Amino acid sequence: MLKIDNLHARVEGKDILKGLSLEVKPGEVHAIMGPNGAGKSTLGNVLSGREGYEVTEGSVLFEGRNLFELEPEERAAAGVFLAFQYPVEIPGVNNTYFLRAAFNAQRRARGEAELDSMQFLKLVREKLKIMQLSPDLLNRAVNEGFSGGEKKRNEIFQMALLEPKLAILDETDSGLDIDALKQVAEGVKALRSPERSFIVVTHYQRLLDYIVPDFVHVLAGGRIVESGDRSLALKLEEHGYAWVAEHGEPAGASA
Amino acid sequence: MNQPARPPFVAALADAPLPASGIAWLDQARRENLDAFVAAGLPDTRVEAWKYTALRALAQRSFVAGDGQAAGRPVDRAALALPGVDGPTLVFVNGAFRADLSALDALPEGVSLLPLSRALTEDPETLRFALSRHYREPGDAFARINGAFAADGAVLRVADRARIATPLRLVFVGAAADHDLAWHVRNLVEVGEGAEITLVEQHLDAGGQAHLGTQLAELTLRADAVLHHVVLQQAGASSLVRRSHYRLDTRTRAHLHVLELGGALARHDLWAELVGDAAAFHTHGAFLPDGRQHVDTQLAIHHRARDTVSSSTWRGVASGRGRGVFRGAIVVNAGADGADASLNNKNLLLSPQAEIDTKPELEIYADEVKAAHGATVGQLDERALFYLRSRGIPGAQARTLLTSAFARAPFESLPHQALREHIDQLLLSRLPA
Repeated sequence: MLKIDNLHARVEGKDILKGLSLEVKPGEVHAIMGPNGAGKSTLGNVLSGREGYEVTEGSVLFEGRNLFELEPEERAAAGVFLAFQYPVEIPGVNNTYFLRAAFNAQRRARGEAELDSMQFLKLVREKLKIMQLSPDLLNRAVNEGFSGGEKKRNEIFQMALLEPKLAILDETDSGLDIDALKQVAEGVKALRSPERSFIVVTHYQRLLDYIVPDFVHVLAGGRIVESGDRSLALKLEEHGYAWVAEHGEPAGASA
Repeated sequence: MNQPARPPFVAALADAPLPASGIAWLDQARRENLDAFVAAGLPDTRVEAWKYTALRALAQRSFVAGDGQAAGRPVDRAALALPGVDGPTLVFVNGAFRADLSALDALPEGVSLLPLSRALTEDPETLRFALSRHYREPGDAFARINGAFAADGAVLRVADRARIATPLRLVFVGAAADHDLAWHVRNLVEVGEGAEITLVEQHLDAGGQAHLGTQLAELTLRADAVLHHVVLQQAGASSLVRRSHYRLDTRTRAHLHVLELGGALARHDLWAELVGDAAAFHTHGAFLPDGRQHVDTQLAIHHRARDTVSSSTWRGVASGRGRGVFRGAIVVNAGADGADASLNNKNLLLSPQAEIDTKPELEIYADEVKAAHGATVGQLDERALFYLRSRGIPGAQARTLLTSAFARAPFESLPHQALREHIDQLLLSRLPA
């Protein structure tokens, strides 16, 4: 599904990713862990097409297509979804209006029929139940005045609605209390399927207690330096990232 | 006439016949206004009020004064419809009242609404004070022109304690003619003690022609009156110069919502005098110059009594080579203790050639005053843009969505839902998709 090969990227003239390789197959959940400044958020931003990130080397294929030839909205329509670490507040844009615009834009781009407002509302109600979100959030402006937990749950709710093939969760657990964390994890679990893949980027392993990954990778210095199964996350938890620096030899692709 | 270099604009008006009223004091006032205009001409940018709006191009044009065939100009009635607003309506085409397009048969009790042309034949004395006014400021050129030539407009009087739910509507249409015309309307609105009305004022274009319209409006609110005033300016390629002068007595409330979409040159002087204690004046507006449009709003609010309140929320969006000007002056006079004034103007520039000049001004001569003002000019929020695109919304649509959200913010406080939705539609259809 996703094949990242020797990816180098820079931000504001500074090299952040320095030869990252990773392959994600359908249905797999990959966790990417690493210390601050390792390039974790850069990965999500590069994959979703944010401006200001310059790819200097390497390639990313998504279902065989060169991801870098696609605009952000085209990546979304192709099935790539980024759950933002810091969801953006957009005053004046009604949440429901935004969701329907996004949903129908993706369908239009794929040559599928758009949903009218009644059909869409029905779908929204179903998906809201999964995230246990209050329906009145729909009538507010996008993320405006949402609590930290509401913002993150709103991201997962959008994911449930848009049903991407590949979801990248960028530190979705940061700033969440344990109840909100569980709700987010429940939402992700409900969306797991043999066709849908996840890249879960996190600093702490506690989210992985709830979203059990198939693979765990350690990102340090812009590369994946260690890959393993879930036990790697536990080892990191126990020994800290310093342990990676001592024991981790730069490793290539995983899986 | 020994002035050698009279610009065409002034020359055309100087030689134009004044409307004949048969009323001695009115004929005299018109003559004096015309003489004053011809003597002073158009202001240049050294006059503070016209600093950012140059009239050089206008001065080189000459307009035919008034439309002798206004009564017969074809105007599509459907184009005048406003969803959710179908009450009493006065329609003016090229400055002249059109009974055939108006709806005055179902006036609510306590409302007198009639064209100025008729009011002048029926009861001119009640209009004498307003129509005999002299304009003495250097920036008053258009008020003088209007004072000289305006022969029609709306006269609206609302009786004490009449609370009218149905919106009353004034529509000013520019229609195609053989020449570019200069037409002028004069509106007088008086809301009686404890009365409440909603007034919708529309400026429409039906011929794509570059007329010049001037409007001079005086709106008086007696004690405890409430006025909701919605202005939709879609004057197309015409130029439109308006002055709206509000006078608020004790405990009155005025809520204005103003959308400026059209106009090659659109200038609106919006003045308010808060003369009664606890009067409140709230303005909300948006202006969206595009192409080569020039849209200038000059807001001046005078707090002249105790515990008066004013708030102003304005948004500007300039695209193409559009130019927006916003001046918001608040003066709290001596003795207006306890006044509360706030003014906020945020602006978006959507193209490198677009320009917006904003100038909030605050003068305070009283005690215990609360005042706040701020103005910004910026671009679309790139983070928000990326967020929308990352969800699949194409870039152009995402820009429109963000821009319309920005421009509609002042109208969220508009209580009339159908009008609010109409404004949403106008904004979405107006912005580049």
